[in-house]
Amino acid sequence: MALVELRNVSKIYHLGGEEIRALDDVSLDIDTGEFISIIGPSGSGKSTLMHILGCLDSPTRGTIQLDGTRIHNASTRELAAIRNQKIGFVFQFFNLLPKLNVLQNVELPMVYSGISGRERRRRAMDALKLVGLENRSKHRPMQLSGGQQQRVAIARALVNSPRIVFADEPTGNLDSNTGEAILTLFRQLSQEGRTIALVTHDPEIAAVTPRRIEIRDGKIAKNVDPKLAGLAASRFTDHASHSRNTTTPPPLG
Amino acid sequence: MNLWNAIVIGFKEIWAHKFRSVLTMLGIILGVSSLVAMSALVKGMENGMKEALVAIGGLEKVEIEAQDVPIHQKHLEDQAVGSTVHDVYALQRSAPLIKLVTPEMRMSFGRGWGGGGSSSLATKGTRAVRERLNLVGTLPSAIEMNQHVLEYGRMFNEVDDENAWNVCVIGAAIRDQLFGSPEETGYDINPVGQTININNQPFRVVGMFQRYESEQEKKLREIERNQPKVAQTGPERRRGWGGGRGQNSWVYGWKNATVYIPLNTMWIKFRSGGAGTNSVPDPRLSTLFVKVADIELLEPALQQAKNVLMHTHKGIEDFSFRTQENWSEGITTAIRNARMSGGFIAAISLLVGGIGIMNIMLASITERIREIGIRKAIGATFSDVFIQILVESIVIAILGGIAGIATSYAVVHLLTVISPTENTPVITLNSLAIAFLFSAFVGVLAGLFPAIKAARLDPIQALRYE
Repeated sequence: MALVELRNVSKIYHLGGEEIRALDDVSLDIDTGEFISIIGPSGSGKSTLMHILGCLDSPTRGTIQLDGTRIHNASTRELAAIRNQKIGFVFQFFNLLPKLNVLQNVELPMVYSGISGRERRRRAMDALKLVGLENRSKHRPMQLSGGQQQRVAIARALVNSPRIVFADEPTGNLDSNTGEAILTLFRQLSQEGRTIALVTHDPEIAAVTPRRIEIRDGKIAKNVDPKLAGLAASRFTDHASHSRNTTTPPPLG
Repeated sequence: MNLWNAIVIGFKEIWAHKFRSVLTMLGIILGVSSLVAMSALVKGMENGMKEALVAIGGLEKVEIEAQDVPIHQKHLEDQAVGSTVHDVYALQRSAPLIKLVTPEMRMSFGRGWGGGGSSSLATKGTRAVRERLNLVGTLPSAIEMNQHVLEYGRMFNEVDDENAWNVCVIGAAIRDQLFGSPEETGYDINPVGQTININNQPFRVVGMFQRYESEQEKKLREIERNQPKVAQTGPERRRGWGGGRGQNSWVYGWKNATVYIPLNTMWIKFRSGGAGTNSVPDPRLSTLFVKVADIELLEPALQQAKNVLMHTHKGIEDFSFRTQENWSEGITTAIRNARMSGGFIAAISLLVGGIGIMNIMLASITERIREIGIRKAIGATFSDVFIQILVESIVIAILGGIAGIATSYAVVHLLTVISPTENTPVITLNSLAIAFLFSAFVGVLAGLFPAIKAARLDPIQALRYE
């Protein structure tokens, strides 16, 4: 069974009597350990897809299972718990809380899962080590460069050992060198067996992932899957297929 | 998220916007301090009134006063004897619910108290009592009945009464006029052993009561002592009754102007022809005071007294009871009214403070829509956000409440400095607790709507918000 199973998912908005199909009958499977990208121009529905996958939004029609749990008709409270435990988010604008220091920002998801202070600190420091920022734990986000802030955001996304990490244009606000470094970090995390979904409009960025899903007008236009096509299209295929055997992501530290 | 985290976040938010938070708290501070100061003032007033009530003898003291014979007994009018000393003995013997019976025989000498003419009731050499004087013939129990405390000497006793000796116990105001007040002479004169003239008869002073005054009069006197006397200009004038004094101070003045002589002395020397031109002895008492043993048993005690008196008065109801209940009720009503009006104003100012908090919380969540979106995206539930905002509002209100309580002490101190002669305001623990709880309640009320608004935010839209 796949980690994420989308079946015939549609999201329909009504704007002034007009029906807008942001997602139109989309079916999609993501396996544990996969490194995929969801690409498409703005307005294609890729953000809507990510929101539904990330349990921030509910579909109008269709069913979703995440890690064996049916989430298409879950309550907002259950969705919040799933976001907290099973999903990590990385955003284009980092979305760190400016009033908290780096360590506190990374600890934040654990605050909502009720983990004790000492345990929180230990796990947050481990996550910061993973992204190479353990010596910046007392800094405020504004005292860090963009790349560093994004690393903090990645540490925050990883700290609760989620089943899947969604990154929405994670390099969109960074210069190309820094962006490259962030992508390398994602690649490295993927090699460690984590499931990562990149959402981007940039085919060049999408090129780093073995599997690419192209969205257009709310539908899957192209599904490039090396496994299905039998192509060794990416140099990461080996790692990806290797890690697919592990069912859970490795715990931090 | 647990409550502790929410409180810590609340404090951080407040610290991050210090000036704004202090301004917001100011509403609560003013509300709480006005509430506490108001109740302290009312409490001071209440204490002053109760003090006066106790000074006059307390609730247990009941006066039996003469009354016109009722209409259905009019034909017996000339047989009505009025209250006599026999009533005293009868009550003492037959009314166990009555603890104390004290007869009073007053004498009218043409000039009542307050008379300021050339002749005076009491003199000592060239000095005379020019102000009010209450000459009362009574029994030794009067000291307990009227809550007198001796400063010097002793109360006259049964032997003095039996022999109708010319002894007297005087109040402090009488001493001041006949011998000189401490302010005048610089020291406290002990009049015991001296002889004064009362209605041209020599009386030996055997005791003197201490000076009775309310707290506020005591303070007034101390202030006057510390300030140089301002020479009065123009002709000598009096300011009439109770000028500038509290409404209850007449009780103390009345007690200070007391001259007690034994009942028998009064009757023999002044009433039964010894001094008067009327040679018919008049055994009537002016009034009779009784003190009930237990205030809870006021009704049955009065019934008992009535039964006894109906017997001694040959069934003629020429007396009635006057209790201090009216006065006590008057105090209660006055206090309740003051508390109501003051409480109403303070409650409104607290409410305004609460509206200030709500206003600032609404502004604050608008500023933090993105933060709330982030928190929700990483797993904050409705109740997590709700509690966070609500706790923040409560923390502001409670900090304001604590600061308000501190301020109220300053306000009360200021009031005492500005107007030292008023009743001392008393801050009670109750009023502090009520003010504090009320401010916390206002915090909850003010935070409710903003907290719901924040907790309902859609995470996607909140994250997009710029």
